[in-house]
Amino acid sequence: MEFICVDNISFSYDDRDLEKPTKNAVSDFSLSIKKGEFVSLLGHNGCGKSTVAKHLNAMLLPDSGKVYVDGDDTSDEDKTYDIRKKVGLVLQNPDNQLVASIVEEDVAFGPENLGIEPDEIRKRVDEALKTVDMYEYRDHAPYKLSGGQKQRVAIAGILAMQPECIVLDEPTAMLDPNGRSEVMSTLIKLNKEKNMTVVLITHYMEEAVLSDRVVVMDDGRVLTQGTPEEVFSQVELLKKHRLDVPQATELAYKLRGCGIKFEKMPLTADECVAMLEEVLR
Amino acid sequence: MVRDVAFGQFFPGKSLIHRLDPRAKLIMLVAFLVIIFCTFTYPSLLIVILFTVMFILLSGVPAKFYFKSLKVIIFIVIITSVLNMFYGTGTPLFEWGILKITLDGINRAIFVSIRIVCLILASSCLTFTTSPTDLTDAIERLMKPLGKIHFPVHEIAMMMSLALRFVPTLLEETDKITQAQKARGADMESGNIFHRVKAFIPILVPLFVSAFRRAYDLATAMECRCYRGGFGRTRMKVIHMSKRDVLSFAAMGLVICGVIICNILLPAVL
Repeated sequence: MEFICVDNISFSYDDRDLEKPTKNAVSDFSLSIKKGEFVSLLGHNGCGKSTVAKHLNAMLLPDSGKVYVDGDDTSDEDKTYDIRKKVGLVLQNPDNQLVASIVEEDVAFGPENLGIEPDEIRKRVDEALKTVDMYEYRDHAPYKLSGGQKQRVAIAGILAMQPECIVLDEPTAMLDPNGRSEVMSTLIKLNKEKNMTVVLITHYMEEAVLSDRVVVMDDGRVLTQGTPEEVFSQVELLKKHRLDVPQATELAYKLRGCGIKFEKMPLTADECVAMLEEVLR
Repeated sequence: MVRDVAFGQFFPGKSLIHRLDPRAKLIMLVAFLVIIFCTFTYPSLLIVILFTVMFILLSGVPAKFYFKSLKVIIFIVIITSVLNMFYGTGTPLFEWGILKITLDGINRAIFVSIRIVCLILASSCLTFTTSPTDLTDAIERLMKPLGKIHFPVHEIAMMMSLALRFVPTLLEETDKITQAQKARGADMESGNIFHRVKAFIPILVPLFVSAFRRAYDLATAMECRCYRGGFGRTRMKVIHMSKRDVLSFAAMGLVICGVIICNILLPAVL
């Protein structure tokens, strides 16, 4: 069985003021995630990405369908905290998810809630802070840190609970380019070195390219999924749903329209340069 | 920019006072505040002053920060001591119409002003040397017995530490909104007091809306990190009483005894 299995879920935020039935935020959505995988969930605002993220750690329960995490049904209330321990969720705004006035005390918040022994918490906190390269800031006040640093502290706060999977809901949306690359390299390191399962929700194509598998969502459903190469070669489909492709792919697509032949679509600037060199030779 | 507030600020350090158990500090502060108001003779007042000077020196926090925290209340000190000066009884030393100054009045003024100054210095010493988290932790532990009568001790301590955590964030946000409203032509610097209060509304409304949004986000983040109230929660930093704390309690005891003995043996000035 897969580590996370989302089986045909539908969900709507019910609004009691409205007489007419509200539109589903997610409908007939299925997804399965293997251990150690790096999956990106892509789509524009309001397509249901965040709703899916909150289903993965039992913050929301589906109206119909089931979500299983490591074999446990998320609707089983006895398992809620086990599931949240296994699947950590990092939110968009780093400022709003830090609870303590000192970095290391914030990172300790999760393990403290789990009732872990003080010595063990200390060890986990130090380890988590070292993993995200924030160890030297352990006694700083969070409000004095940059956005990227704050978001890395938030990630450390989840890591200290030693989850098996980390879900990030647009963690880079409020960050500057520097902060964004700091967070992305932390995630890649986690996935490659610690074999952590990562689910990244984003609307930056450049970030999705770095993952093993891209799932594109539109209007609460899966539009297409596959490796970044497979997904981003379907330029017409993505354009039809008002989604972008990475700039390099876009350039290649336009050049192809002018009659220049590419064997496959480039995803990053470096790849694109190499391919153009080949073509122009 | 986050504004500079001296009172309630924390200065990280390694001094003797910093290393005391926050619970011990809190208990001693309360005891000291009580004893300050039990001084009725000049020798006992002197003991209190000496003790205050001693822990200021021991705290290792530059004296200028203590003066800064006094600056805020200097007017209160002056007004109360002037008022007290005219309220004395006994034979007047000077007299202008209905105003008369007596020896008793002068004594009162001196006692009141020194008491207030020592009170502020002692409380500043606590906040200067104790991190907010330690302080709320200490309050939570000291109030634990109240939990038996279903008083929400953990919840209150958690609320306090979250409030302290968000002070700089919300101050920063207030500055941002103020600038945004100024950029849209809001006038906050001119007009009378009512005008200025009214000009503050366009800042308060967005601030409240965003504070609620933050609270919602924070609650989600806390739930994601398995928060479920104080039950079954452990702490990373375990605070425990050590020899240092016992010694400082002993010093405090000496001060209390000294003040009481002075009060009994010498005639009360007040």
